[in-house]
Amino acid sequence: MTVLLEIEGLGISFGGLRAVNDVSFRVNPGEIVSVIGPNGAGKTTLFNMISGIYKPGAGRVRLMGEDVTGISPHLLARRGMSRTFQNLQIFQSMTVLENAVAGYHLQESGSVLADLLGLPASRRRAAAAREGARQLLERVDLARAAEMEAGSLSYGALKRLEIARALALNPKVLLLDEPAAGCNAVETEEIDHLIAEVAASGVAILLVEHDMKMVMRISRHIVVLDHGEKIAEGDPATVSRNPKVIEAYLGTQAEDAHAHG
Amino acid sequence: MPELMQFLLSGVTVGAVYALVALGFTIIYNASDVVNFAQGEFVMLGGMVTVFAHHAGLPLPLAALIAILSTAGIGVALNKLAIEPARGAPVVSLIIITIGASIFIRGVTQLVFDKQLHRFPAFSGDEPIRVLGATILPQSLWVIAGAVAVFVGLWLFFTRTLIGRAVLATSNNRLAARLVGINTGWVMTLSFALSAGIGALAGVLVTPITLVSYDVGIALALKGFAAAMLGGMGNPKGALVGGILLGLLEALTAGYVSSQYKDAAAFVVILAVLFAMPQGLFGKKSTDRV
Amino acid sequence: MRLSEKQWTLLILAALIALSPFFFPSSYYYRVGSLIFVNGLAVTGIVILTGYAGQISLGHAGFAGIGAYACALAPAHLGLHPALALVLGAAISGVLAFLVGRPILRLKGYYLAVASLGLGILVAMALANESWITGGPDGIKVADLGLRAVLKSQGLDLSNTEFWYAFTGLALLIGAWLALNLHDSPTGRALRALHGSEIAARTVGIDVARAKLAAFVISAVYASVSGSLLALQNRFITPDVAGYMHSIEMVTMAVLGGAGSVLGAIFGAGILTMLPQVLTVFAEYEQLMLGLVMMLVMIFMRQGLLPSVLRLIRGRGE
Repeated sequence: MTVLLEIEGLGISFGGLRAVNDVSFRVNPGEIVSVIGPNGAGKTTLFNMISGIYKPGAGRVRLMGEDVTGISPHLLARRGMSRTFQNLQIFQSMTVLENAVAGYHLQESGSVLADLLGLPASRRRAAAAREGARQLLERVDLARAAEMEAGSLSYGALKRLEIARALALNPKVLLLDEPAAGCNAVETEEIDHLIAEVAASGVAILLVEHDMKMVMRISRHIVVLDHGEKIAEGDPATVSRNPKVIEAYLGTQAEDAHAHG
Repeated sequence: MPELMQFLLSGVTVGAVYALVALGFTIIYNASDVVNFAQGEFVMLGGMVTVFAHHAGLPLPLAALIAILSTAGIGVALNKLAIEPARGAPVVSLIIITIGASIFIRGVTQLVFDKQLHRFPAFSGDEPIRVLGATILPQSLWVIAGAVAVFVGLWLFFTRTLIGRAVLATSNNRLAARLVGINTGWVMTLSFALSAGIGALAGVLVTPITLVSYDVGIALALKGFAAAMLGGMGNPKGALVGGILLGLLEALTAGYVSSQYKDAAAFVVILAVLFAMPQGLFGKKSTDRV
Repeated sequence: MRLSEKQWTLLILAALIALSPFFFPSSYYYRVGSLIFVNGLAVTGIVILTGYAGQISLGHAGFAGIGAYACALAPAHLGLHPALALVLGAAISGVLAFLVGRPILRLKGYYLAVASLGLGILVAMALANESWITGGPDGIKVADLGLRAVLKSQGLDLSNTEFWYAFTGLALLIGAWLALNLHDSPTGRALRALHGSEIAARTVGIDVARAKLAAFVISAVYASVSGSLLALQNRFITPDVAGYMHSIEMVTMAVLGGAGSVLGAIFGAGILTMLPQVLTVFAEYEQLMLGLVMMLVMIFMRQGLLPSVLRLIRGRGE
């Protein structure tokens, strides 16, 4: 089996502060790998480096064996990487359907001139994308909201819409940043199933998630970050017994309790 | 090189005015994230009100004081009536609001006063002073000294007084400032008054040299804006350096290249600076948060 | 049959253009109408740049200037037919926009505003200063398009103002049609997507720099054609066409009416073009009123006039 996504020694600093340092792991096709860690551990920063939004200060990102370190997100999308965001990045004033159609950009975009003139070729491309988007919305249970303005959806629905948009790219690697955050138990389970289904189709999935039950349930492999460093990795059972992990989590819980008290 | 000296002197004079306009931009930008395109109108008002108050028989210093205070009042009104109600509006809307304000102020000025060019006597006569083979008008010294005084005064205000520190804190983080009990609405009012007052002062100082009419504001706003960008938006030091640099650049272009294209040189350099370092000379780099 | 939004817009626009003349008290209104259409065309370009893609330009009058002076200079110096001069102007504007667009559009918000403003001012300055060819600040004569004579020989005898009303009205309809095609096309969706979230747009594979550039070039061509039509209609042009105030007018018209929609923006063009005509009696109040309208609409109707009015009407209907 070939490795789809390989992270090697990835690191970045902001203003002298090390946000992520020397993180390495791999994701195989059809595998769900979760990155967990206390708040501020550098999970989203790691995602932003992998998906080309930040240029890593050190290390390499390889996609299907090719070095893609620091290349721009739209080129990564072309090579089969797709992602969602922790604090939603929805196209607010577009309809739900259009948000999903936007995910088909690489398939539907063609000559600008044809688009201006409304040529049949342009309309065909758009219609095909719309068809695909409708099916995707069906899959994430948003078909009925298709013509609504995306900004008017509930948080959980927006989370699903982002997943649909990311799936529209037909990715080989899918990065999900807290897909279940803010969702109720039923919604979480739905997302849970969806992720498992996508993974089963051979997509490599990298997941950041706070819902530990979900993480333990669906992950094949878990990477634990604390203060930007990888402190443990392994299968769910191994990781949950790791004393460093327990300490990192209990430590922050104690701090949290203190801060809130 | 008396020629070069002459260009440098006139460049610094014009640059001092640009620096004051840029400083006005900076103060308002820091307090409210708004770039106030009506900044040039404050300079115009400073000149025009002084002219008419002086004509009405008031002594020049009193006329100038009235001009500065009334312009500061107009600045506060601008904030209360147009900027605060539009809080949270997109940048395009804010640009149109402040441009609308500038057109409005121009329209009112031309109605209340007139469309003629005006001046009042220079503060210390018109006898040029010889410096290293070049000459400088006494009024130019007033302009430069005025700019220096404003910058030093503001620096003291922002670093040494409690109110000044509150303004600075607000510009750094509005929410945090509010949490520690700073009245940010009041800080906005103060910022607009200060900015408008400084603009008016620039108008008072420079009118004996450049004359004033109801429509001189646009060009000044554009140059001051450019100077602020050159230095890095939101940075008072940047406003000073950007203003002086721009003034020098214009004077040198006018002297050695073509007087018709002196404005062009300024904009060419600004485009170049923005392309090479979009944050200006002293600006902070910002990253999008995701 | 249910009409799409695009069809509705074109239908309303066509009906307004065709039916308004029945209510004109004098032939002078044909002139006002064609001015609205010419402005409306430039503003439609701004809709694509600002309304769709969310990018600001305070320098688009520069492109109008290029279009206008192409029609003044190319026929006189290159012997080009005025219609071809219009195309040449559009091509020059497009190429210039393409060349400067990439670095300029890396900037955002106020920085983009000042960079585009500088660009426009440079064009205006060149037109005013290179008087050996442009005639300088006093302006220059523009050749006759000649189409009216052709129509006359075909038996369609229109007065000058009638001809320009019809011709610019047609140009506006075509411009609106293209912009509406774009709106629902893949390119238009990409523009609106990057307006909503640049980062998300990039992660779905949109080449944001390229998409912005496309919008910039297209809107520059709109402005250029608008400038050309203005020059050809007036048979005379001054550097003011490229001036800062004209750039501001374009953006104001678009945003005032509602930059998100073609019809709204053209509505804005109509209002702002008519304002001085309505206020001729109070000429000295013109600036005051213009400034006041700009502020009030932006403060109280952020979406622009037309969307706000429509919402009001719909609200009453329910």
